[in-house]
Formats: sequence, structure tokens, C-alpha cells
Amino acid sequence: MRAANLPSVPRPLHPGAWWVWAIGLAAAASRTTNPAPLLLIVAVTALVVAGRRSDAPWSASYGAFLRLALVVIVIRVVLQALLSADSQGPTVLITLPQVPLPSGTGIQLGGPISLEAVLAALYQGLQLATILVCVGAANALGSARRLLRSVPGALYEVGVSCVIALTFAPQLVTDARRVREAHRLRGRRRRGLRAWARLAMPVVEGALERSVELAAAMDSRGYGRTTDVARVSRRVTAGLVFGGLLGVCVGVYGLLDGTASHWLGLPTLAGGAVLAAAGIGLGGRRTGRTRYRPDPWALPEWLVAGCGVLAALAMFVQMRHDPASLVLASVTELPPVPLLAVVGILIGALPVVLAPPPPAPAEAPTSEPARFGVAA
Amino acid sequence: MIELQRVSVRYADAPAPVLREVDLSVPEGELTLVIGHTGSGKTTLLRTVNGLVPHFSGGTLTGRVLIAGRDTRTHRPRDLADVVGFVGQDPLSGFVTDTVEDELAYGMESLGLPADVMRRRVEETLDLLGMAAVRGRPLSDLSAGQQQRVAIGSVLTTHPRVLVLDEPTSALDPLAAEEVLATLQRLVHDLGLTVLLAEHRLERVVQYADRVVLLGNGTVQAGPPEQLLRDSPVAPPVVELGRLAGWEPLPLSVRDARRRATGLRERLAGLQAPGDPEPSPEPAATVGDLVVRYGRVVALRGVSLELRRGEVVALMGRNGAGKSTLLKTLVGLRRPDAGTVRVAGAVPAELPPEQLLHHVGLVPQVPGDLLYAATVADECANADADGRAPAGTTWATFQRLAAGVPADLHPRDLSEGQRLTLALAVVLAARPPVLLLDEPTRGLDYTAKRRLVQILRGLAAEGHTVLLATHDVELVAEVATRVLMLADGELVTDAPTSDAMVSSPAFAPQVAKVLAPQRWLTPSAVAAALADDAAAVGG
Repeated sequence: MRAANLPSVPRPLHPGAWWVWAIGLAAAASRTTNPAPLLLIVAVTALVVAGRRSDAPWSASYGAFLRLALVVIVIRVVLQALLSADSQGPTVLITLPQVPLPSGTGIQLGGPISLEAVLAALYQGLQLATILVCVGAANALGSARRLLRSVPGALYEVGVSCVIALTFAPQLVTDARRVREAHRLRGRRRRGLRAWARLAMPVVEGALERSVELAAAMDSRGYGRTTDVARVSRRVTAGLVFGGLLGVCVGVYGLLDGTASHWLGLPTLAGGAVLAAAGIGLGGRRTGRTRYRPDPWALPEWLVAGCGVLAALAMFVQMRHDPASLVLASVTELPPVPLLAVVGILIGALPVVLAPPPPAPAEAPTSEPARFGVAA
Repeated sequence: MIELQRVSVRYADAPAPVLREVDLSVPEGELTLVIGHTGSGKTTLLRTVNGLVPHFSGGTLTGRVLIAGRDTRTHRPRDLADVVGFVGQDPLSGFVTDTVEDELAYGMESLGLPADVMRRRVEETLDLLGMAAVRGRPLSDLSAGQQQRVAIGSVLTTHPRVLVLDEPTSALDPLAAEEVLATLQRLVHDLGLTVLLAEHRLERVVQYADRVVLLGNGTVQAGPPEQLLRDSPVAPPVVELGRLAGWEPLPLSVRDARRRATGLRERLAGLQAPGDPEPSPEPAATVGDLVVRYGRVVALRGVSLELRRGEVVALMGRNGAGKSTLLKTLVGLRRPDAGTVRVAGAVPAELPPEQLLHHVGLVPQVPGDLLYAATVADECANADADGRAPAGTTWATFQRLAAGVPADLHPRDLSEGQRLTLALAVVLAARPPVLLLDEPTRGLDYTAKRRLVQILRGLAAEGHTVLLATHDVELVAEVATRVLMLADGELVTDAPTSDAMVSSPAFAPQVAKVLAPQRWLTPSAVAAALADDAAAVGG
């Protein structure tokens, strides 16, 4: 291994490694509603983000995801408390005035609220929230944009489309605001369907114009110059990649769902992965593009990704041997501590030392670079 | 290097061809400047060079375009990417990636250059542009001048032999424009690049040009700048001064003119430069200790000012100094975080929209935002209704400002100048006592600008107060009576135009630089004084 890739030398880690790590933790969270391991996972992501995030603009997104996670929990608990008629337990906390609804709907608004129902909702909400926090951590540590830079050559066009969409979305919002301001300048109120139609026209026109402008710029800079190959080979590649990714999706679903039969899980995943890899390999050969400063994938990347995978594996093994410790039989009892899963999650915290520290921020940008001495 | 042979371009359903039988040959290593009115086909001419016309735009091209021996008939833009670097009008809309380094590498990646070559060229280009300090930063964080330089750098990395630029400095403040032009100058001198460049702001670029191509009615005239500018309808102030004084050959730069201006300065020494008119004491708008901030960024920091009836005030300052924010606060689009704003006796942020437009009007930076009807006539009728003006008022105003535009045209099909005029007419329908304009001369040629100057003077004479935010020092010299300069959210200058501009190195107009220390700002002022003098001597 090159010395520059040692874990002690500061450099940004390959975003893919962070995403594998985070997906591993999220997969672990998806197997349990026991609050103990779930809270531990949240704590682990917080620790790693605090220790290894850079000062890039997207690094602040972890906080936003945390807030979103809280909102998810609150909504889950409130809805459960207000709307569930049948799932209430014996320990009634308070009784709200009940709004009579037609009995056929199966929904009841208000009525008694029990501790069991609130706790169950809290734990389920916590599970979803934990998965969200894992995504937030991945985004804060390795931005989705940087991840798109590393997509394989065969998926290059898809990657470019995603990057452009990510740039255009905020631009549309800016445009819409500008046009809405212009409406006010003409003395118009902002309400009503017609006002919206008027707002939409200039915004859509502007977006179209910009797209054409961008396409012209990309064309004049050589986009697509090297990718003209026979139509058949292009179709075969697309078919392989698409079929393979479909297989991967079905396989992952089979694995995580748990209730699906076993043949749906691992074999489909493996088959899909092979197909997709073949397609990507085949497609990668036809692009004559090269890549500028690709992010290296070295030991630290393997270690970080491995920590995430281990966390998921430990959870799966625990699930097989002792499911009662992960899916609680009674929510009111003190949740048990699933030992193996906890060890796995703690391994998930190791990237805080295994990943190289982020490089120091570039020196404060000078606003005016040196000029070359030309009179006006 | 660039050969156009009997090139004609005609777009579908256009009444006349944009270019007609154009013959043009640009030798290697020359900087050629393309000038002409808006709509004269400058952009089309530039786009034929790398094949965007007709491969991308549609339309029919007859004749031949040869670039370094390659015919655009058989080579698409992407096949010319290693020979021609093309930089469009708006650098932001041409960026494909989101950081400086990636953007510089993009073209090379498309061409499939080896990794070590890319690495080396990116470093070289960063140094050439003087941008090594911002290499990792997001493109959206850069200043406008830096963005323009990244756009130029991003096409340079493929080592093209021709560089084509469409209005590279039009949207930039004077200092940022200088940065960009200095870079270009260096490319031409050190790397021997052939540059073809279109620009409205002649005063900024003509001194660097080896040759000028004048476009008009689809045909071209090419020649050395001194010769071509002698009777070109578009000319920078320094050339107008040269014509006025009868200098031969015409000076192109301030330095040339200054060396020849000794005689003129002596003649003018005894004459009185036009003083700034005494403003009426009646205030039209007051701003007191205004603070506006966006999160932790303070856009305006304790700004106090007063606009009086019938004056034309220029608001200047770097990109991002707070000009647009001040305008927005004056029309109530932004609420002040602290301080007071009163316009025509009311607080704009508290007025309902239908009353607001009778107090203050803003023509935004993109005038098209104000327009949404399908035809010019509908637009005018809408404006009458909005402003509760008698039917036909707006159409009459528009005709007065820009005669001869067909009523059934779609506003998007108007030229840049006509669209600005239509937006102005729409705003004037409600007769607001205070009128604000944000960057009105972006994309306007000299003729359109001259019309704008007349219009603004007329409005001021009718008692309107005009505040215009602009980078265009020549426009300010021509029309403004007072200059407000913002820097970093604070008001640093509030002085009559001649005081504010003569002394400033960046914001002095060309005539002031030539005739300093005398206080002349525009060729027209000099011409008027000389004519008066001649009449006095003669009589």
C-alpha cells in the first residue's frame, strides 16, 4: 500500500466507504425495535460524524437529518395515540374525548390512550428515525455528489443526469422566488390558480433555456465524443445493468424482509450482482473517458466499509439465535441488551479512529488573486 | 486559423438570414473583436466557429467554415473540442461539475486524456488563472469574475488553438472585468492563442484587439480597430473624444489618448465643465440606519441616505456589495432587520401590492420576469389594468420609448433593449414617483444605451426620482447627478457624480481619465463646451 493511503495521513475517505458503513448500520437498525441497540446506533453515528467530518458545506446536513428523525418519531407517536382503536393495551394513561366515526372504517379518533400503544409507536418511530440518521451520517461524511463522481463508466450518463438535477433543483427555487417577487412589483396578489400558471411559465421557460445552454456547453467540451458504439452493444449493456440492478433490489428485499422465503434472498442478490457487474464492465470498456483524480480505495476504505458490514452481520446472527431480544414481546418491560448485536454496533464506531482524519481546510480564500498589471 | 467562406445562416421561420455571404479569415495568434448592434448576429457568428450553428441550433448554413483545417460540416462541436474552446455568455449555466478542479478537468476527461497529463494541466491552468487558492471550492461560492475565469480555464485545459468568447465581461464590475481581460491578454501573448471575442463594452476591450469585425445587416467589415472605428456607429468614449478632437490615428486606450490630449486640455482649460444641477430639496425616499442580513451575512450595515425629487442617482459597488438588497428593501421585497425605509411617504414593506406600484417601481435585472403575456399588446393592456391607468397608456409610453415594435410580437422575441423598454413602460403605467433599475445596461449596445439615457433624463425632468444600480461607469457619467457607492454593505461614497468619479481609479470614465485633472466626464459634455466656445469666438 502506498504510504499516502495509510490511515494516519489526512485525506478525504472514498465516499463509497462511508455509504457502505452507513448502510450496514441502517440494515442493523432495520432488524430490531429494541430501543437499546437503536439508541446505540444513533450514538455511534454521532460520534463518527463529530470525529471525522470535514468542513464542507454538506457536513452540516447531519443536524438536519437528526431534526427530521425527531419529527418522524413525534408524528408516529401522535398518530398512534390519536387514531388506533384496537392496539391499545391495558395500562391507560389518559382518556381523550372520542369523536364517533362510522364503525366500518376501523379507525377511531380519540378515546383511551395506553402506555403500551405509545411505547410501541415510540420504538417503531425510533427504528425509522435511526435509519434516517444513518443516511444523514453518510451524507455528512461522503456527500452524495462526490459519490456520483465515482459511478462506473457504464452508468456515467445516469451520474451526469443526477448531478445536473442536483444543481438545477435549487436553481428552480431561486427562479420561482424571483418571478414571484416580480409579480408583487406588478401589483398582483400571489393567490389563485392563474397566478400559479403565470408563475410556472417563466420558471419553466428559464429552466428549458438553461438546459439548452448547458447541453451546448457540454457538447462543445467534448461530451459524448468517445461513446458512439454500435446500438446492439449499447442495448445489451443497458439490459444487463438494468436486469442486474433489479435482481439486486429483489435480493436485498428478500434478505431484509425476513418473512420472504429463503431462495428470494441471497441467490437473487448474488445473481443480480453478477449481471450488473458484467453490464458495468462491458459498458465501461466502450467509454473512452478517463477520470481526473479518482478517489483511491485503499486499506482505510476496506476497514470502514468492513465495520459497517460487521455491524449488520452481528445483528443478523443475533436475529437468528435470539430474536426475542430484538423484537420485544412486551414493550413495557425493561428492554434486554442483545450482547452480540451491541458488540457489532460498537465495531461500527471504530471508523472514528480507523478512517484518516479529514484534511485541514484550505487557507482562507484570498478574495482578489494577484493581477498581472494591466491598465484599464 | 479560422476561415469562413461565403457563409450564410438562416434560421427556420426567420424573415431574413442572420449572416449573409460572410467571408472572414482570422490568422493564428490574433485577438479579433466582433462588434455590432444587438441582434446583428454576433452570437451566431461565434457559434458557427465551433459548429454549434448549425449542429446544435438548427437552421441552415451555406458556405464553408474551416477551423485549423477541419470543416464544421463534417465535424460536430464535440469533435472540435480539442481545437476550439467556447465560452458562452453566462458562465454559471455552462458549468457541468461543482468544484473548480473538477470543472477544469471535465473537458479532458471527455477527451480521454491520461490521468498524469490531466493532473499536470490542471495545475498549470490554476497557476495561469491565478486561482490556486480557490481550487477546491464550490463554483457557486466564487465571485462573478472568478467564475468567468474558471469558465475560460475549463476550455483551456484541452489545449485548444482557438478561444471563442461571447461577452466575457458584460456582467462584471470594472475590476472583475480587468481580471478577466488580463488573463486573456496573457493567453494571447504567452501561448499564442487565437481569440475571437464579442463584446458590447468596447471601452474595456478594444485596446487589446488586433482586428475588429463589424457586423451589420448580416454582412461583415473587418479591419484594424483605428480604421474601422472611424465611422462605426458603435464606439467607446475615448474614440468619440478622438473623433471630436480630430486625432489621427484614433486613440484606442486611455494612455494613447492622454498622450495626445495636451492641446485639447489647454483648449478646455478656460471652459467650465458642466456643474451638477442643484437637486430639489423635496425628499422622495429616505433610508435611515438600515440593516438587512441573511442569516449571519450582513448585506447592509447601517445605511442612511435620501433620494430627492427629480434626481437620477447611481448606485455602484462590487458584485455582492449589497446593491440589489438595497433596491429590494426600497420596494418592500425585503423587510429591514433594523432601521427605517420610507418611499413616497409610505413604508414599502407594509403596502399591499396593488398600492405599492403607485409608490415605487422596480425594473429587475432580468426584465423578462415582469412580462408574462403572450403579446406586447396584451402586456400593455394588463399593465394598464394593474396600474389603474386609462386604456392605451402603457402602449403609448412604449411607442414613445421604442417606436415601431409590432404589437403582436411575443415579449420573448423582443431584443434585449426592447424588452427592457417594455418592462420600463409597464412599470411606468402606475406612475410611481420613485423608479428603480437594477443593471439596466446588461446586454445593451451603445445605441440602446443612448436611448435609455434620454428616457431617464426625460423621466427625471418630469419629476420622477430614478435610482439605478449599475457597473457601467460610462452610463453613470452620462446620466447620474449623484453617486452612491456601497462596499461590504456600507455606504462609502455619497457625492455629486463629478466628485465621486473623477478621483476613483476603478470607476472613473474614460474621458475623465484622459482629461484629468479637469472635471469632464463624457464626450458629449466636451462637445457641447467646444461648440459654445466656437460660437462665442465666432460671434
